Amino acid sequence: MILEVAGVGKRFGGIRALDGVDFRLDRGELVGIIGPNGSGKTTLFNVITGIYRPDQGAVTMEGEDLSALPPHAIARRGIARTFQNIRLFRELTVTDNVRIAHHPRIRYGPAAALLRTDLFHREERRTLEQAEEFLAIFSLQGRRKEPAKNLPYGDQRKLEIARALAARPKLLLLDEPAAGMNPSEVGKLMEFLSFIRERFSLTVLLIEHRMRLVMGICERVIVMDFGQVIARGLPAEIRNDPRVIEAYLGQGARDKD
Amino acid sequence: MKGKGGKKTFPGNLSRVFLPFLGITGAFLLLDRYGVVNPYWIQIFQLACVVAISGMGLNVIYGYTGLFSLGHAAFYGVGAYTAALLMKTYVAAYGGGAFLPMQAAFFCCLLAGGLTAALLGVLVGLPVLRLTSDYLGIATLGFGVIMKVVFDNADSVLPQLGGARGMTGIARMTSIPWVVLGLAATTAVVRNLVDSTFGRALLAIREDEIAASAMGIDTFRYKVIGFTVGCGFAGLAGGLYAHLYTFLHPSNFDFSKSIDVLMIVVLGGMGNMTGTLFASFCWIFLLEGLRVLLPPEYLEFRWVMIPVLLIVTMLLRPQGLLGLRELPFLRSGASR
Amino acid sequence: MEYFLQQALNGLQLGFVYALIALGYTMVYGIVRLINFAHGDVFMVGSFLAFYAIDRFHLPLTAVFGVAVGGCALLAVAIERVAYRPLRNAPKIAALITAIGVSLFLEYFTALHQVFGPNYYAFPRPFRVVTWEVGGIVFTNIQAIILAVTFACLLVLQFIVYRTRVGRGMRAVSYDKVTSGLMGVNVDAVISFTFGLGAALAGVGGVLYGIAYPQINTFMGIMPGLKAFTAAVLGGIGSIPGALLGALIMGQSETMAAAYLSSTYRDGIAFLLLIGVLLWKPTGILGKSSQEKV
Repeated sequence: MILEVAGVGKRFGGIRALDGVDFRLDRGELVGIIGPNGSGKTTLFNVITGIYRPDQGAVTMEGEDLSALPPHAIARRGIARTFQNIRLFRELTVTDNVRIAHHPRIRYGPAAALLRTDLFHREERRTLEQAEEFLAIFSLQGRRKEPAKNLPYGDQRKLEIARALAARPKLLLLDEPAAGMNPSEVGKLMEFLSFIRERFSLTVLLIEHRMRLVMGICERVIVMDFGQVIARGLPAEIRNDPRVIEAYLGQGARDKD
Repeated sequence: MKGKGGKKTFPGNLSRVFLPFLGITGAFLLLDRYGVVNPYWIQIFQLACVVAISGMGLNVIYGYTGLFSLGHAAFYGVGAYTAALLMKTYVAAYGGGAFLPMQAAFFCCLLAGGLTAALLGVLVGLPVLRLTSDYLGIATLGFGVIMKVVFDNADSVLPQLGGARGMTGIARMTSIPWVVLGLAATTAVVRNLVDSTFGRALLAIREDEIAASAMGIDTFRYKVIGFTVGCGFAGLAGGLYAHLYTFLHPSNFDFSKSIDVLMIVVLGGMGNMTGTLFASFCWIFLLEGLRVLLPPEYLEFRWVMIPVLLIVTMLLRPQGLLGLRELPFLRSGASR
Repeated sequence: MEYFLQQALNGLQLGFVYALIALGYTMVYGIVRLINFAHGDVFMVGSFLAFYAIDRFHLPLTAVFGVAVGGCALLAVAIERVAYRPLRNAPKIAALITAIGVSLFLEYFTALHQVFGPNYYAFPRPFRVVTWEVGGIVFTNIQAIILAVTFACLLVLQFIVYRTRVGRGMRAVSYDKVTSGLMGVNVDAVISFTFGLGAALAGVGGVLYGIAYPQINTFMGIMPGLKAFTAAVLGGIGSIPGALLGALIMGQSETMAAAYLSSTYRDGIAFLLLIGVLLWKPTGILGKSSQEKV
């Protein structure tokens, strides 16, 4: 088991955004979270990554309680994420966006940077080479010197995933990676997610609305509504679960695929 | 793949920054020596270098880290008063320099001024940097006003500081080599800091604090570091200023002086070292140049024209005069 | 005790003048997120217009208010149109630097001999000062007028913001500029109106300030401007009651610091208080706490 979310609750004013959320992730799993808008999925990500502190319950990773840690400390323990509304370092180059992910593993200190020692140059060369490898995986190397804001939307999503992977996480959280993609792009993304999971031996937790993607690659699915987990299981079981159908139809939303 | 400057190590790398500055120093010393340029302009040149050092500091704070500070002049003032007080005390105690040569003592006083300003930067930064954007601006503005009150009343604790009457009797120690050396050192430090993982951390915070923290950057710690470094340079500049004009008055460090530095950083282009250097010199020489060019009865028009220029510049080039273009020796090795 | 009450009264007088300036800052910030540094100078122009109206043209008091209010409103609308509107989609700092530029321009341009002039001018009292003494505390009719006029302004403002069409537009734009534009609100007109309304209040403040502290100069707007903005932040920027509360606190703290410590500490105390409040509640006393959406 790599991550355990135990009885997590979070309120904003009078709204219960999360209410007793429980689940576990095993190493190497690819798990999807689905649920109507406002059901607490992104809030759950924000609690896991330390942006919000849970009011109740705890998040533990490999036996260590994360709930009191700040976001950067949680990131350093091996959780990387992407954001629903893409948060790139917009004015920085594509390469620098990825290089920033190496920051926690840089071995030189400020003095070495100021004096430009050999160690500094070695480390800089190493991170640069690694950054370019990641960009090559995502076919972004051709645009490495451009500011991130100049990339088209799909490439921005890719760059955000590349940046998260460059942090060498054990657990990757993806918040709607397929948002705004057309069906053929979604297909490519699915292949791609399977590939990077193997290549980097990752555990992946993803939020998604595209049923095709969720049903196609997730091994397990967790369904949320009103801040609670209302169902969980294999994709095939979820598809026919009456509570899930009600949660979606009750809200009037429909599978867009 | 890498620029030529990126690979050089210690002495060679720094020489790329120091050599141009050494050339400038030599040229101005010669001009001064043979009386080609009158001493007034030499002094203006020194003032421009001092302002550029302070501007470099604010560029680290605001241009690179994105921390909106409206109280930069307060740290400039703290450096000025600290260095002046120490130097004055030293001169009073040892006269012509029995213990340390005068220049060495001056160096120590400048360092002390910078460090005191940096220390104050930490003390102020720790509580205040929890605020964001405009609120941080207002809090630092408030701190600036408070420091002005402190300078005004400083003579009730230390009479040598002069309080609202101003501090006099400061030795004239600042010279062309000192200001140029100070500016070159500042430029070298800022360049090497910015073009490293630490600089990228600062930039990441400016761009998106939440994403930066999700990438494992301790955002609060780096904000304090960026703020402290910038305040330290303001303090260094203050020490040089004090020993250039040999007179300090609290009004040299009020809100409007913070605004001057902010305008320099924004006009040059945020997060651009060349821009800050360029804008500092333009700013000072424009102010003084107009003083010479305009007939005395129209001297007040200076301050009517400058804001108009400022507004027009912002309307035409909101990204600053130079945008992101850097001089070759300031360009980073790999990223651009 | 009498001394304290007397000082509290003086603080109230100062606080009400700050409130009139602070309201303009808070409304403009609420709507375009710009610290309008030129606002303090618009206030100064209000004072000078009143000065000329009384000194040269001997207008009655109501007409003096009319001149200052109209002049300031026109000036602010023009500034917004020429300097701020083209920068509405530029980086925020560009607009801020422009605001500083406008502020410097107003100060130095009006300081020219050909305009208002660089000196201090004695503001003529448009009516005879009457004082009353109640239990050892001295009241003046100046204070009564400041109180009455400020209250009237607040009532009018409250009416405009909550009971009129344009007020509804203001609230909508401050909540979400893009959406309110889509919903048919004329965003440009609402922003112009907000600048004008804020400046009108500053104009009233300029007249009252001239009457209460009868020494005027083209740089007189800087400090009251900074303090009024600080008051708006202290009370919670964007909030009208917040601006009033913040201004009253500023007025009191400043007056009390001068009375009990030393007048040289006057400017420091208010800002110390501000930093304290921001650290305790970063959005100000009555400000809504907002968490960034992730």
